[in-house]
Amino acid sequence: MTAKTADAQAAIDKFIAATDSAAAAYFDACVHCGECAEACHFYLASGDAKFTPTYKLRPMVRAYRRHKAPFSGLKRMFGLAPPEVTGEELETWAELVYDSCNMCGRCTLVCPMGIDIAGTIAKMREGFVAAGLAPDGLVLSEKNALETGSPMRVRLQALKAQIAHQETETGIPITLDKKGADYMVILSSMEIMGYAETIGALARIFKHAGIDWTISSKCFEATNVGVQIGSSETARELVSRVVDAAEELGVKYVISPECGHAYGALRWSGPNLIGRPYAFEVVHIIELLDQLRREGRLRLKGKSNEAITLHDPCQIGRRGGLIGEPRRLIHHVSDGFRELDGAGITNLCCGGGGGVSANPRAHDLQEAAFACKKAQIDKLGSLDAIVIPCANCRTVFEDGMDAYDMELETIGLSELVAGQLDDASSRGEGSRD
Amino acid sequence: MTSFLGFVEGPLWAVAAAVFVAGAAWRIVGLLAIGRKPDISPPRASAALGFIKANLRHFYPRQLFLGRTFVHLLGGYGFHVGLFVLLLFAAPHVAFIKDRILGFGWPSLPRAGFIVAAEFAFAGLILLWVRRISDPVMRRITDRDDHVGSWLTFLVMLTGCMALGQSHEFLRASHMLLVDLWLIYFPFSRLMHAFTFVLSRGFTGATYGRRGMTP
Repeated sequence: MTAKTADAQAAIDKFIAATDSAAAAYFDACVHCGECAEACHFYLASGDAKFTPTYKLRPMVRAYRRHKAPFSGLKRMFGLAPPEVTGEELETWAELVYDSCNMCGRCTLVCPMGIDIAGTIAKMREGFVAAGLAPDGLVLSEKNALETGSPMRVRLQALKAQIAHQETETGIPITLDKKGADYMVILSSMEIMGYAETIGALARIFKHAGIDWTISSKCFEATNVGVQIGSSETARELVSRVVDAAEELGVKYVISPECGHAYGALRWSGPNLIGRPYAFEVVHIIELLDQLRREGRLRLKGKSNEAITLHDPCQIGRRGGLIGEPRRLIHHVSDGFRELDGAGITNLCCGGGGGVSANPRAHDLQEAAFACKKAQIDKLGSLDAIVIPCANCRTVFEDGMDAYDMELETIGLSELVAGQLDDASSRGEGSRD
Repeated sequence: MTSFLGFVEGPLWAVAAAVFVAGAAWRIVGLLAIGRKPDISPPRASAALGFIKANLRHFYPRQLFLGRTFVHLLGGYGFHVGLFVLLLFAAPHVAFIKDRILGFGWPSLPRAGFIVAAEFAFAGLILLWVRRISDPVMRRITDRDDHVGSWLTFLVMLTGCMALGQSHEFLRASHMLLVDLWLIYFPFSRLMHAFTFVLSRGFTGATYGRRGMTP
């Protein structure tokens, strides 16, 4: 229980405003069958019924039924409307809305009504932000992102240092702020600080394929804590920074990196947040790599025989639409690929998405939920590595595997592809077909 | 008794049918009237196709979840299929629809078919309700409306079976009274899922259909 005083009315107002026809249809269609629990790793790991996904929506459903639903006025008149949502209730519910929901969307798959609970939780978080009930970890990340551009306070100087290191490693120069480049790369802070080899991998792939690319010094951060915490204002501001930087450089494409929610925030939510289409296209790095593969622009020195599997980040796969692309790429570079149980659309979340990994209060829950992922991996037997095309998922895996004494290398998809390239057939920097 | 039967099959039936039709329509129109902002992100695939695909896809379970959702699937399909067969093909219903609603009918079930359909419907509904009161998840999320809807439907089915022979007007009148109450309760309750499921599946299907997915 938090010591904050919740502004229940502010939350109720947001709940009501955020309930559009889709949310109303979800609330009216739910028959309380409880099937959604069977797809939720927080319920599966704990057995605690309070983690049932539809139950997490209850305060917002109550506000809708009391104030906005058809016949709500009639029901209030006869005392049949549900009671008003209270601050105490919201304080209790913060754990269900933030700590135990990754907004992974797996519950939708099993729901007979096809209810998008993850999308509705995102709307519901707007109310919790208004009530002052967002978790401290996410509030700090939001403050950092608004102040410095990065939720981890990664500044340009740090990026430049990592780029310089990768230039030395690869021998490939990386040009910042190149006007009129075809592609602008954005990165997650986690990639920059934790997995900087991704930058080197991109440099190698792009040189090999003849891609004309750059990074903006004004905005290089891809993550969007606004969509995680539930603040449209913050989400809009962070998307606008990317859009402004890309449009200033006049690029044709912005490459969304190996990060789950960043892709959804920029590709699917972004234009709706800023209220206009972009002057460029957003392409996920996985989409671009698959396009290069299809065009014969990823020439290999050979295939890897290492036993590997793939984790589908929820926001890239199930909620982003990229299921086949990573598989085609992995098959292109590897002969040792094996699928996890339920791979693809039904894949289990790592447990850290949706802002959970940025919320220290949720650490134990996240670790418990990772047991479901561990069971999937264990079922495959001996593996050399797991490909994780999301830097946040990767850190969650590394924490989880450490907690459960597992030894397995994690690798990004770009690194996997770059490692198999035949550098002798490289087309040289800046050249294009 | 004749007058009571006349009342529940006459004026009360007319009121109940009117409340059902007008209430359900009001609720659907009200729900749609809330509106939704247009999605201006460039689509990868068709939202309209996603609407249709999601509606069809959620009629059958994904294999991975089959083991964990088997009881609900069995109960849900047993109840709903049985109920719709009874509703549309029980001889008294076909006659009622022909005489009182549409002016034409269709072939009805033989008595044995009625009994089989009724057994499926009862077994399914009882299974769902027992699960509702015994499973910790179900106990946590169930509210009064779930029980009222279940029991009202159960009593409609029970009195319908008792009235099958139509040997006693009281039994037929009891069934019609409960049908009338069920129709009046319907638009104000979760029974509306019979209509709203199309929208619920469809909105999700359209949203993710644009992204090339059918979750």
